[in-house]
Amino acid sequence: MSVESGLISEQQQTTMKEKTLTHGINLAEIDRADTITALRDVEKAIHVEDLDLYYGEAQALHGISMPIARNHVTAYIGPSGCGKSTLLRCLNRMNDLVDGCRVEGRITLDGNDIYDKKVNVAELRRRVGMVFQKPNPFPKSVYENVAYGLRIQGIKDKRKLDDAVEAALKGAALWDEMKDRLNDNALGLSGGQQQRLVIARAIAIEPEVLLLDEPASALDPISTLKIEELIYELKKDYTIVIVTHNMQQAARVSDYTAFMYLGKLVEYSDTNTLFTNPAQKQTEDYITGRYG
Amino acid sequence: MDKIEIGQHISRQFNEELEDIRNRVLEMGGIVEQQLSDALQALADSDSALAEVVITNDYKVNALEVAIDEECTHVLARRQPAASDLRLVVAVIKTITDLERIGDEAERIGRMAMHFADAKGDRKLLMGILHLGELVSKMLHDALDAFARMDTEAAVCVAREDLKADQSYESILRELITYMMEDPRSIPRVVDVMWSARALERIGDRARNICEYVIYLVNGRDVRHTSLEQVEKQARAANRIKHKDE
Repeated sequence: MSVESGLISEQQQTTMKEKTLTHGINLAEIDRADTITALRDVEKAIHVEDLDLYYGEAQALHGISMPIARNHVTAYIGPSGCGKSTLLRCLNRMNDLVDGCRVEGRITLDGNDIYDKKVNVAELRRRVGMVFQKPNPFPKSVYENVAYGLRIQGIKDKRKLDDAVEAALKGAALWDEMKDRLNDNALGLSGGQQQRLVIARAIAIEPEVLLLDEPASALDPISTLKIEELIYELKKDYTIVIVTHNMQQAARVSDYTAFMYLGKLVEYSDTNTLFTNPAQKQTEDYITGRYG
Repeated sequence: MDKIEIGQHISRQFNEELEDIRNRVLEMGGIVEQQLSDALQALADSDSALAEVVITNDYKVNALEVAIDEECTHVLARRQPAASDLRLVVAVIKTITDLERIGDEAERIGRMAMHFADAKGDRKLLMGILHLGELVSKMLHDALDAFARMDTEAAVCVAREDLKADQSYESILRELITYMMEDPRSIPRVVDVMWSARALERIGDRARNICEYVIYLVNGRDVRHTSLEQVEKQARAANRIKHKDE
């Protein structure tokens, strides 16, 4: 398979030039009006425009352009090293922490460029929360874990904190299990509970976007299903972007799926179409487990 | 990507499973073709013995339908196929249902052939339906061929032939009605022939169905219950995109 065939980048370039709401999607697929209409009709929370990312000399992302729909789940899939986690981390500027990382292009959240010099990165990360592969609760009580972000914001009112912790734990489908264990150490919870606790901590500060980087890959199947069910519930209130190695998981939880390969966005469409009738051979080969 | 490669999965076992399913569908298709051809032969030659063979052999078709269905269920459960693999399994499940029904129609024609031979029916009644029989046999053959080669163009051709089959069926009916009006004593025999003509017409419809599954399998377009023009358009339009990928 010739990755440098140029077809994809050509299509992307044409699309970008047109600067329509649908860039990042192969407009050559005129017959796939259903896909394009699907994204055209939804409100977008984030626009990634012509994004290049370099780690030192090495270019890790090549001309990524994609809108991300508000209150929907967007999944990034692709083989290891394809840049999906890197792209995810761009959305709340986690890559700023990596030495030698340089970003070109634009990402806007609600129309504002998040790479603008005036942006307060801490505030950005409050609005765009992130959950990682391995649950990382603080070695504190369940209650303090969830209240942590609020305390940092300077909220001291016990009633307010109680209400927010309860709401976040309910939001993360953890309240019933935790309401009598609020003072237990979070490290004593099961892996699945810890991951939902971390999600509760993330939503306690009321972000707009939740970035999930392989949130269930360290969990057993039942805990995984609980996380997936939670994602489905959370999209009513949040825009969710998830990176997953598990294609069936992407198929189960997401509304839109982006397939990435070697730092490029190969195909981006609604999940049903991508998994039943992808337009690009590279996508087909990957999701059906063929030699690329 | 106008041809779907079943091989090339990283899992060689998955290749083999899909290849096996596909081969068994073709095997089933071959048996159904033979059944239809034997049934028509039995009708043409007033050969009760051959008709009997057709009737007894229907169990083979039924058994294959059940076995292939089961294999497909296993693949769905164990492999969670996606994209063209998923479409292959779905298309196979639908195709074998139609093949099994074609088998039933062939059996029905076999029974009619037996009646007709035993009653020493007038052979002039058979002229029209033997012609229709040839037409739908070819349709079935071409539909299976289109499936084997995943050829949407060939599939469209078969869908087009179905119009001829329908027209032929209409004219056979008109002809048979005149026989019944001329000689009411012929009615029992003519009704038998009429049922056979009906069976053949249905086989044509089912061959067309199989072709529609081929288009779905190759292009991902569901063209059931659409006009012939729409079938042609979808088969071609989608092909154009796939060629661009090459």
